[in-house]
Amino acid sequence: MAELIAKTPCAGLLPLEGGAVAVTEVVPEAMTLMAPFNGREAAFSDALKDAHGMATPAPKRATGREGARAVWFGRGQVMLIGARAQTALAGHAAQTDQSDAWAAVRIAGDDAEAVLARLVPMDLRQRVFKRGHTARTLLGHMTTSITRVGDDAFMILVFRSMAETLVHELQTAMKGVAGRRGA
Amino acid sequence: MRITCPICGERDRREFYYVGDAVLLERPDPEAGEAAWDDYLHNRDNPAGDTRDLWSHEGGCGAWVVVTRNTVTHEVLATELASDVAADLREARP
Repeated sequence: MAELIAKTPCAGLLPLEGGAVAVTEVVPEAMTLMAPFNGREAAFSDALKDAHGMATPAPKRATGREGARAVWFGRGQVMLIGARAQTALAGHAAQTDQSDAWAAVRIAGDDAEAVLARLVPMDLRQRVFKRGHTARTLLGHMTTSITRVGDDAFMILVFRSMAETLVHELQTAMKGVAGRRGA
Repeated sequence: MRITCPICGERDRREFYYVGDAVLLERPDPEAGEAAWDDYLHNRDNPAGDTRDLWSHEGGCGAWVVVTRNTVTHEVLATELASDVAADLREARP
């Protein structure tokens, strides 16, 4: 019988380092997309607080911390990242297990903002995009979710099938930024 | 061109997908008759000036947005959530 080997989305692609930026893969234990039912938003937030210790994030915000985050994921949607969704949440929201569906990377370093500025058509500078802020936007041609997880660090999510493109885009932008710095 | 999503704020046009005239939100009654349905499905104004379109914020939060813009100056004059516009239309209906 064939022996199946589990591979992470960015296996063989990361880590990556260049200039003042490092990109590493994040492998959350689970990812669950939650879409609270109409009229159950408050009950869902209470249940999420009881079960995982964090409230439902407002639009464009993320709650929680490393290991278990609730990230706003578009209209009426929250992605629970890290923690396995507890059954207490059932009945309040439609849930979809998307653990293997996303490639998640962490980009950190002094030039992380400069690298993303080459790829993302929105302002991600600290002044306007602070820790705990999140956005659904584009990275190159890919739809993405970007969350600031530190003063110089972001978590980037793209569809798993786009992992290689994501790493390639980041690598090219990192080379460009490093080249400008060296000049 | 930049469009202000009512949820996400001002974003680049490339995050949005154009869907069509906002008249799509005003679907006639099933019994409204052939003329009304023909008009709804096939006839569109082509103004040199202000127009209302439906855009989808597909590269962002996923919301449907009604954008009022000027086809001559390319100025974006207003944006509203399509769900709000549709709810108002439902309320206004006799």
